[in-house]
Amino acid sequence: MRPFQFVRADDAATAVQTVTANPKAKFLAGGTNLVDLMKLGVERPDLLVDLTRLPFDSVDVEADGTVRIGTNVRNSDLAAHPAVRNGLPLLSQALLAGASGQLRNMATVGGNLLQRTRCVYFQDVTKPCNKRQPGSGCPARQGDHRNLAILGASEACIATHPSDMAVALAALDARVAVSGPDGDRETPLAELHALPGEHPEQETTLRHGELITGIAVPPLAYAERSAYRKVRDRASYAFAVASVAAALDVEDGVVRDVRLAFGAVAPKPWRAHAAEDALRGRPATAASFRAAAEAELAAAEPLRDNAFKVPLITNVVVRTLSDLAGETS
Amino acid sequence: MTIRVTMTVNGEPLTADDVWEGESLLHVLRERLGLPGSKNACEQGECGSCTVLLGGEVVCACLVGAGQAEGADIVTVEGLGDGEQLATIQQTFVAAGAVQCGFCTPGLLITAFDLLNRDPDPSDATIREALAGNLCRCTGYEKILDAVRLAAERAR
Amino acid sequence: MTQTDVRAVGSGLGRIEGPAKVTGQAKYATEQDDVQDVAYVWPVPATIAKGTIRRIDDAPIRAMAQVLAVLTPDNAPHLQPAEDGELAVLQSRTVSYRGQFVAAVVAQTLEIAREAAERLQVEYDVEPHDVELTQDHPTLYKPDQVNPSFPTDTEQGDVDEALGAAANLVDHTYTTPALHNNPMEPHATLASWDGDELTLYDSNQGAYSAQQTLAKLFGLDPAVVHVVSQHVGGGFGSKGTPRANAVLAVMAARMVRRPVKLALHRHHMFAVVGYRTPTIQRIRLGADAEGRLSAISHDVVEQTSTVMEFAEQTALATRIMYAAPHRRTTHRLARLDIPTPRWMRAPGECPGMYALESAMDELAIECGLDPIELRIRNEPERDPESGKPWSSRSLVECLREGAQLFGWGDRDPRPGTRSDGDWLVGTGVAASTYPAYASPSTATARAAADGRFVVRIAAADIGTGARTALTQIAADALRVSTDFVRVEIGDSAFGQASLAGGSMGTASWGWAVTKACTELREKVERNGEVPVDGIEVQAETSAEIEARSGYKYQGFGAQFAEARVNIDTGEVRVPRLLGMFGVGRIINPRTARSQFIGGMTMGLSMALHEEGVLDLAFGDYVNHDLAEYHIAACADVTDIEAHWLDEHDERVNPMGSKGIGEIGIVGTAAAVANAVHHATAVRIRDLPIRLDKLLGRLPG
Repeated sequence: MRPFQFVRADDAATAVQTVTANPKAKFLAGGTNLVDLMKLGVERPDLLVDLTRLPFDSVDVEADGTVRIGTNVRNSDLAAHPAVRNGLPLLSQALLAGASGQLRNMATVGGNLLQRTRCVYFQDVTKPCNKRQPGSGCPARQGDHRNLAILGASEACIATHPSDMAVALAALDARVAVSGPDGDRETPLAELHALPGEHPEQETTLRHGELITGIAVPPLAYAERSAYRKVRDRASYAFAVASVAAALDVEDGVVRDVRLAFGAVAPKPWRAHAAEDALRGRPATAASFRAAAEAELAAAEPLRDNAFKVPLITNVVVRTLSDLAGETS
Repeated sequence: MTIRVTMTVNGEPLTADDVWEGESLLHVLRERLGLPGSKNACEQGECGSCTVLLGGEVVCACLVGAGQAEGADIVTVEGLGDGEQLATIQQTFVAAGAVQCGFCTPGLLITAFDLLNRDPDPSDATIREALAGNLCRCTGYEKILDAVRLAAERAR
Repeated sequence: MTQTDVRAVGSGLGRIEGPAKVTGQAKYATEQDDVQDVAYVWPVPATIAKGTIRRIDDAPIRAMAQVLAVLTPDNAPHLQPAEDGELAVLQSRTVSYRGQFVAAVVAQTLEIAREAAERLQVEYDVEPHDVELTQDHPTLYKPDQVNPSFPTDTEQGDVDEALGAAANLVDHTYTTPALHNNPMEPHATLASWDGDELTLYDSNQGAYSAQQTLAKLFGLDPAVVHVVSQHVGGGFGSKGTPRANAVLAVMAARMVRRPVKLALHRHHMFAVVGYRTPTIQRIRLGADAEGRLSAISHDVVEQTSTVMEFAEQTALATRIMYAAPHRRTTHRLARLDIPTPRWMRAPGECPGMYALESAMDELAIECGLDPIELRIRNEPERDPESGKPWSSRSLVECLREGAQLFGWGDRDPRPGTRSDGDWLVGTGVAASTYPAYASPSTATARAAADGRFVVRIAAADIGTGARTALTQIAADALRVSTDFVRVEIGDSAFGQASLAGGSMGTASWGWAVTKACTELREKVERNGEVPVDGIEVQAETSAEIEARSGYKYQGFGAQFAEARVNIDTGEVRVPRLLGMFGVGRIINPRTARSQFIGGMTMGLSMALHEEGVLDLAFGDYVNHDLAEYHIAACADVTDIEAHWLDEHDERVNPMGSKGIGEIGIVGTAAAVANAVHHATAVRIRDLPIRLDKLLGRLPG
């Protein structure tokens, strides 16, 4: 690992200032992804600013029902928080489906959102990767891409975003609170991650020095009727092969509203707007659910070894929504 | 470029000098503090062999930076018993035949110890999920489950 | 002497080193706190699959603070030629596979060694590589023999004619991927020179053979090489012989004149410590209308490297499993620009029996027979190949008793017809087998005047429970309680001994321990008392083992699996596995059960998860860590049981025991694949059975 400096931030402003001043500085939170990538030589910061002493460690429910979650809240604590466990089943389920107990104890909200792809070429500095080394090429297209993207990818990059939590948050229209050199701002989670296009190295819309301080989950009247279904190769402790976060509002057998997001199929948590649009006002039947999934997946560009994700996501959408419809009827 | 790290490990204040910031807590424990009980098997949080309690919570010591561990309260496998007597979970691991090559054992003991502190009567599903982050290549996990069940029973 | 009639063998004596392992006190290779002033080594793997090193720019690295040395092919000590080409570390500029070590850095600290190694610039002249195993690969050749010394091909009768005339025929090709041993402890060595004497604390499966091999390699008298391996964090074949880590550590320690530690990173292990070869296996079975086999043909294609030949004995089990007048087995190797495949738990039997036992299931369906009945109908009275009688063979009993415990009796044979909610449910069976080998070993037994005994043998306990089993065997031979016996192992100074491999450790060491302890007991009895300076006896077993002939020595078993396949996703879960084994006398039920269950779990892992994913462009296994190369985790294993018959075999060895370390993994993958077929009517002939292979083919 390349030598670096390590400082502990006591307040957000100093943290932002310190990182802003050094183009090779990075924020460090739980470390579960960054420390791993530093050992691999993928990340080579000069300076690490440790955020763990910053006070963003609470979960608060506001009067209108918005749940505000500090960036330092550990994944395990967030999953166990009553507002999440009882009020946002899809988020709780997504968190608990991620990683292992040890990693959930370490991983933070902000770090989870910013974790980087598991693509084996990205993680191996002896190989080309457009994300790691712009312009060097993408071996995944011809190589190992069984678990890479079918939606939102580009010629340059087919990496997937590995988070479970972020998929649930995408379905919930979460907003991300950001503190930067020019002050504080809030951005929809949907706009946090960038699609790769010709610049897969630009993964987010955050500028250097901008710090995620928390997320806000706006109230969703039917959030209690929601679920996160993760499909993985191992029964536990594996990144998703595909996942679906869903919430469903059905009245008299008709879909009044729906939220759908997919994981492990795109470079970002994939909010399935086309599917949602196709479902609103339709009968809450397996046929509608299937048609909605197909509407979303019409844009899919599968490769040799990941084409199975198209029927997989479709089936999981149908099953998850059917189960939720069954619960609500 | 190097720092001094002071931690409480197994109840004892310990200091390591000349620690490079890039060193992991695991490395500091094993190579600088003479506590090799926690094992290094993957170095990326995927196997749980390095599991320790940090501030009362199980973490993978291989992913904790030495700097981040400054001032922390750590418990490793060496600190589970009281020196004379094995902790219940250590006794039941031996009794149930949950130990084979022993390389995953320290991490599993810490994870199981933590689980039983939080949930003295865990269901099998809870045990399996709690231990999901600890890989074992020898035992097939079955006897490890027995050991956790037995420890829960003895505590009752 | 405190004599006892209570036999220790057969009791569940607790693991001797259990308390040391649960307290963190058991010292693995690099954990010797009495070795001071240690430096660290980090190897540099090749980033090309084939070619020549043109230049290594090591000057900037040598100039780094705290870097003590850079080892390259230019300055590495010259080694003696070795049969094992993988030991010729840094002996030439040729690169034979991606990941092969081309240099190493020694530094004061591990982190500096690693950073320096990663910065080292190596320039190559690259040549085109060929890494893909195919059934008709142009380089396929017939090796002179397959491991360890079996005929490459065998043939009896007229297979083609018999297949042509068969009422029922199965002809399918089964493939298994590269599988990586992945013991939890990465290969590690602490090397320390004291003048001209070398001590190696090394993680291996046999301290004595490591000593012999390394002494020869470095041109040293074995007497000055001392290998200590007290605790070994698993091996599964990958630590059977020394690997590059030991060689590099010895070189580095000599060069910097300090003790050095070298623990491989998990990533390194996917290239330099060996793996199970991928296999392509065509099986043809011909049977009459009643399911009696007339012909068995098993043709294997597998790989070796350009470094050395490794010929896995994949069709070996097919030579002995079932009776048939016409039979043929063949092995062909492709020489590829890949790391050398090596032994992994039940080499040969494990991949071979996946194919054979899947084919037997297909034949049962073809014949309209229950798969257990099919196997019983084809039970051979003698070894079909040599004609030798079995020292014991309990396959039929294993199938029958296992079936009863599993609840096989009321099984509806129709595939793809049972479901439970969103899950299709099925059950499957397969046979297991593994030879009962033994290899000459030396044991020393010493009686002290205080009534205690010390037994020394260069055995290895890689998690098997060897130390414990040998204590029981020694106690019985001495006719004392185990409390009076201390068994010391893992030290090359104790003399020649079998490896912990081939499931022959306990048989081989136990034989020598029995002999030494029996002679010691008789000597003490003759003497009447033990003098103050004790009595010592050394025994060696070459003659006894050479005299063993006339029988075929082989363990058998049956494995039963229940599989559930999710109708929407194709996810496969195995809620139930049951194994029934006939393996002679069980020395220690507690450690034996763990060995069986551990083997079965590794078989489950092989069935569902494990696969080294080869990148054709780069020539390496790209999923080279435990995040991407999945091994079964706790939640993958739900209900797994191992049982055994009370099999008596007085012929196999003095303990009447057959090896149990490997048989548990043999047949498991077939049992799971057969259960998946029963659940879904989909036959998976290429492992692992992952959801993408089932999705879209499931009954609607």
